[in-house]
Amino acid sequence: MNQRRVQWLGLVLLLFAAALGVLGAGVGSTGFDSVQNAVSDPIAWQIVWDIRLPRTLGAWVAGALLGLAGAVAQGLFRNPLADPYLLGSASGAALGVALFLVLFGVSPLATEWLVRLGLTGGAFAGAVLGVVLTLVLAKGVQHTLRLLLAGVIVGVVLGAAKELIMLARPDFLQSMQAFMLGSTAYVGWFSCWVMLLAWLACMAAAWTLAPALDGLSLGEFTAASLGLPLERLRAALVVVLALATGTAVAQTGLIAFVGLAAPHLVRSVVKTSHGRLIWLSSLMGGALLLAADILARWVIAPQELPVGVLTAVLGGSYLLWLMHRRAAGSRTP
Amino acid sequence: MSTTALRAEGVIARLGNAEILHGITLSIAAGRWTSMVGPNGAGKSTLVKVLAGLLPHSGEVSLLGTPLSRLTGRARALQMAWLGQNEASADDLTVFDVAMLGRLPHQAWLAAPSAADHQAVEQALRATQAWGWRERALGQLSGGERQRVLLARALAVQAQVLLMDEPLANLDAPHQADWLAIVRDLVAQGKTVVSVLHEVSMALQADEMVVMEKGRVTHQGASSDARTHQALVAAFEGRISILPLSNQWVALPKL
Repeated sequence: MNQRRVQWLGLVLLLFAAALGVLGAGVGSTGFDSVQNAVSDPIAWQIVWDIRLPRTLGAWVAGALLGLAGAVAQGLFRNPLADPYLLGSASGAALGVALFLVLFGVSPLATEWLVRLGLTGGAFAGAVLGVVLTLVLAKGVQHTLRLLLAGVIVGVVLGAAKELIMLARPDFLQSMQAFMLGSTAYVGWFSCWVMLLAWLACMAAAWTLAPALDGLSLGEFTAASLGLPLERLRAALVVVLALATGTAVAQTGLIAFVGLAAPHLVRSVVKTSHGRLIWLSSLMGGALLLAADILARWVIAPQELPVGVLTAVLGGSYLLWLMHRRAAGSRTP
Repeated sequence: MSTTALRAEGVIARLGNAEILHGITLSIAAGRWTSMVGPNGAGKSTLVKVLAGLLPHSGEVSLLGTPLSRLTGRARALQMAWLGQNEASADDLTVFDVAMLGRLPHQAWLAAPSAADHQAVEQALRATQAWGWRERALGQLSGGERQRVLLARALAVQAQVLLMDEPLANLDAPHQADWLAIVRDLVAQGKTVVSVLHEVSMALQADEMVVMEKGRVTHQGASSDARTHQALVAAFEGRISILPLSNQWVALPKL
């Protein structure tokens, strides 16, 4: 029965994403007309093929990467509040992006493949730095409060360092700020391919490491007693977490709460092992970010909201509701 | 004549800067049930974790004649199963998935569970009367039910040696009796069981006892031996009495 629920949820999320994909190709100042005329009108084709489709696919993959990162983070740290943002990995990735931009004097909106790859590399290195700093500061993962505090501190410090670095290039300041607010507007086909490749690699690695996450969920000692090489597995999981977060941040800026909310939403529908949870969280993250992106493009059209701002408002409200529900649950006799 | 399942020699263990175990040397007989008893803070849980190879220590611990340092994690896991206290947070896993984790040491990485794995899991869940809940999530169970599932997970390993730290936590009296039956059955199959129990009356049901006080073993002997009872009373500063009742020994606090 559980297995069937998993399959149904996966199918629903895929179908939902496909429907949103069609919608995403049609949302914009010229509406569905561009889709209808795409074959005959080269400008309409350009709007749909070069602008709307890559950002629509890009939104889905970035969300899928963040959903995956959230599920891995929550399993790795055995903490339902773990999220790429709360563990310093997203702030580290943003710092890596800012450093790369300033050092090489490129715009965050540049579409050249070398720049996109470089940004991804910088974000990955920054994300690893963020997680490792958080772990060192928290002295391991045993104490939830210490871990979250460490994550917040690392996030604030790395965030401040990023701001300072961005000040070094006043000519790019505005575009960098727009990018860091989180947006899919600058995602081209190359960014999509980079994210898709990273997603496939991270999914394969996370799926391979899923039994270790299941073992870890029984506690540190029990996992060790089962013969799991915990140190190596943890290091591999940190790399997966950093690669997923770093790649998403390098292409779409800072988009909060998708990584936190996706695994929670999956768990509210089905209780399952990490192998399936990672897949479903990734599909959920993709659907969430795609839906948020379409909303951000549509809600004040023809202007658009930075999707990172929208996910922060919606995700923050969701987190508050989650905390309220938990508090109410714990008061129930 | 029994052989040795576990041997510790000059074991010193620290938690932070504090030395918890001060040079412990002891042998645990194979095919027997040994209980570790002592007042709070005696170092029982630390010692059993050291014996399980889960805590760094100095000195040497051997499992069935081989030093733990020479065994790979998997080789150790195949021979020795562990049940800890208050560790689980696997609320989202089903009961069946939790028990199946006990089979990890037997499985090649990413290999699907074999028929033997399924059989071992079913046997373990039936032994702890948890088979009926196999589809339920661990988080939906009560403390006692959860404990039975975790015991099944340890049993599913089918290891030669089973170490348990406070396995009776949250179990009601009838299920404590069931646990006792499971342990006796394991011993009858020639397996070695080591348990840390704070309930001295339950610990007195074991074949052997290790009495601990302030990070040292003060006595080791048969549970029915009068010298063991004296050591127990001394470890608890004379504040318990050990009395015979219906062909068994029970410990009562002196009021």
